[in-house]
Amino acid sequence: MKIILSALFITILLFYFQPASAQIDSSLLNTPAKKDTAKHTLSMDAIYNRPFKKLGSSSLSIGGYVESDVQYTNTSGITNGDQFQFRRFSLFVSSTIAPHIKFLSEIEYEDDPSGDAGEAAGPEFGVEYAALDIEFNPLLNLRGGMILNPIGGFNENHDGPKYEFTDRPIAMTQMLPDTWNNPGFGLYGKKYSGHWMYGYEAYVTGGFNDSIINNSQGKTFLPAAKSSITRFNTSASGEPLYTGKLSFGNDQIGELGLSYMGGVYNTWRVEGAQVDNKRSVNVFDVNFNGTIPGLHTNIISEWAWIFVDIPPDYTPEYAHKQFGGFIDIVQPIIHGHILDWDNATVNIAVRGEYVDWNDGNFAATGQKMYNDLWSIMPAISFRPTPQTVLRLNYRRQTQNDITGNKIGAAIGPTAGLSFGLSTYF
Amino acid sequence: MKKRNLLILILFILTFSATIVSITSCNKIFPEMINPENGLCGPITLTSSQTLLFSEGNDQFFANRTSATGLGPYFVATGCGSCHSSDNRGHPFTILTRFGQTDSTGNKFLAEGGPQLGTFCLPGYTPETIPAGATSTKLIAPITAGVGFLEAVPDSEIIAMADANVNNPNGVRGHPNYNTIPSYVTPLSGAIPRADGKYICRFGRKAAVYNLFQQVAMAYNHDMGITSNYMPYNPFNYLEEAVPTTPSTPEIDNNTFYSVVFYVTALQTPIQRNATDATVIQGQNAFVKIGCADCHKQNLTTGYSPIQGLAYQTFQPFTDLLVHDMGPGDDDHYTEGDALTSEWRTTPLWGLGLAPGVQGGDVYLMHDGRAHSIQQAIQMHGGESAVSAANFSKLSSADQTSVIKFLQSL
Repeated sequence: MKIILSALFITILLFYFQPASAQIDSSLLNTPAKKDTAKHTLSMDAIYNRPFKKLGSSSLSIGGYVESDVQYTNTSGITNGDQFQFRRFSLFVSSTIAPHIKFLSEIEYEDDPSGDAGEAAGPEFGVEYAALDIEFNPLLNLRGGMILNPIGGFNENHDGPKYEFTDRPIAMTQMLPDTWNNPGFGLYGKKYSGHWMYGYEAYVTGGFNDSIINNSQGKTFLPAAKSSITRFNTSASGEPLYTGKLSFGNDQIGELGLSYMGGVYNTWRVEGAQVDNKRSVNVFDVNFNGTIPGLHTNIISEWAWIFVDIPPDYTPEYAHKQFGGFIDIVQPIIHGHILDWDNATVNIAVRGEYVDWNDGNFAATGQKMYNDLWSIMPAISFRPTPQTVLRLNYRRQTQNDITGNKIGAAIGPTAGLSFGLSTYF
Repeated sequence: MKKRNLLILILFILTFSATIVSITSCNKIFPEMINPENGLCGPITLTSSQTLLFSEGNDQFFANRTSATGLGPYFVATGCGSCHSSDNRGHPFTILTRFGQTDSTGNKFLAEGGPQLGTFCLPGYTPETIPAGATSTKLIAPITAGVGFLEAVPDSEIIAMADANVNNPNGVRGHPNYNTIPSYVTPLSGAIPRADGKYICRFGRKAAVYNLFQQVAMAYNHDMGITSNYMPYNPFNYLEEAVPTTPSTPEIDNNTFYSVVFYVTALQTPIQRNATDATVIQGQNAFVKIGCADCHKQNLTTGYSPIQGLAYQTFQPFTDLLVHDMGPGDDDHYTEGDALTSEWRTTPLWGLGLAPGVQGGDVYLMHDGRAHSIQQAIQMHGGESAVSAANFSKLSSADQTSVIKFLQSL
């Protein structure tokens, strides 16, 4: 914690004293790539709506972002002290191959214990996204390759520099899998009418596997499927995962997204013989983001419901139903020229989160099954430019195990202080 | 310029501080350690190397097993922590079902999957069923905290407690449960075997398990379907599979196994709360007066233990580790060891007041959770304990309340 306070102190000093410029302004080298079709954007555009730099006269544009932080957390009075974490380093490469034919890829190093919960063994380095887009018409685009399933808003719009919080939302990382990517194909399209925008996405991809109900978390845990990279060439169920999303946006109000993802998740046949019934997972998601006019208060929220067909003779520790989400409220309090930055912003923010990993009652007693979590996280951030954020967060969290017990080394009251940075480059 | 930056700084700090203060209000910024009176899980005083082993055991105890790490195919829970949340009692959702034995001649249904029913199974398997003709009982997992102290009680002390009951005016008798111990179990120092080679056992609702080593081996095997070097055969469904005759590759290695045995052995005892409260003291006096303490003995003393923190300690479990006839109301026509089907080990009462914390806010007491309050549990005591239960009913309302409050303080 001393480290975090020291970081805060250094930040204060940096604010107070005028720094000498020792860097070439890289923005002079910056030639942003063209956006795909129009000035209006929806969450579905997030993968292209990033700062890219065009490489000379080639058709390639590159970009990326990085995230790092130091955290001090304490659960039930037990702490591991200051933890320095280099969470992500991501590189994007985009190319306009021909008119209306584009390719984008994202290669990422990731080691985020807050979004992993022990399912993956250490750092991951892999292809997060690599897809070809062919536009036949603004209402009809074909996308194929390694894609991000468009469930909710966060999965497609998750870049660290966009948020005022060092941790990703718990419901979107430990209930829904974040950066949930799969090989597959699909269609998407957009339409604009005045201030209004409409979009759709419909994909068929590879999907989940039995690990979502057979994992070291001891609970229904969709992110467990991420640890199996065999999903990139073998579908556990042999059946597609369907993902669809409808988006409705208004320049003045914000964007509402309604999405669904579902399909058979289990390996129900072995050597051609049926060994189990087909069992499905269904996810329904509502996401909203918008800005209150005048106040410039930004609100991002997403809530999801998960329904999983569990074998009838399986332990109730694995839930049929889960529910969770988050709301971020971000208020700019100072905007303008700060130090040498003309477009700097200081924000205050708060995130509220709730996750119920086991929504239901015990058959044995009729009592409620808990396994839930509440968290609130105030934050303050400084953005010298819109692409770069320094953020200081405090988390207060309470958690119950399945019986409602909240006393324990792993499930007790938790608080954490974190300081981090994230930037596009 | 500097003035503006200074203002931003001050605002930055004030805003963050105010937010934290408003969120935490009267609480401190970071949670404090759990008061040992309100939680379990802590170790006795250990050396550094023992602390490291305890920590490893703690991680393994609360680890969730999967099919890849040995779970199943037939099981009751996915990890030790499922039945012993915070090292406490179990919840009815992980209740065990045992079947197939009615007397000391042993279990007659081992070829049909006895003694324990695999309530749950991995996808693709069919759960075990109780074979026709087998009697059965349901058992809620007992509290884990403090069990190392129970293991260190010398046989001589258990025998002495049984002997002292010969002339008990309330009709309390009780006896140690002698049972055959498996070949992988080494008798403890000071063990006093019977002439027929059976040893005094003390763990489990029937006190049919010899020590924590055996208890951990059985829990992994029967409760989670995990094989070890000590119990190398997986549970099976007799309707679909033959009795396994070839040992499985151990699904838990010896080091992991030993760390879990050490973890449970080195757990601290539950600590009584509000021990100086006048009503609690009044209740404790009434508890002794009506005869409850004849079986639920407050103080026991350990003998030698290789773990210094366990050796020669007087502690307060409120049990005599004997099995007592609890009458026909508690006779499930199933037993283990030498105990009769109506005989049950005196349940240690320590940690009783913490039961609601791990049983969903309610309590599920007696061996199968049939009692939904402490008062109901007392009233369900029959057989040797019938006199005490009747004496409780004769107490004034205030005295009954004080007894309940005393028990809740444990």
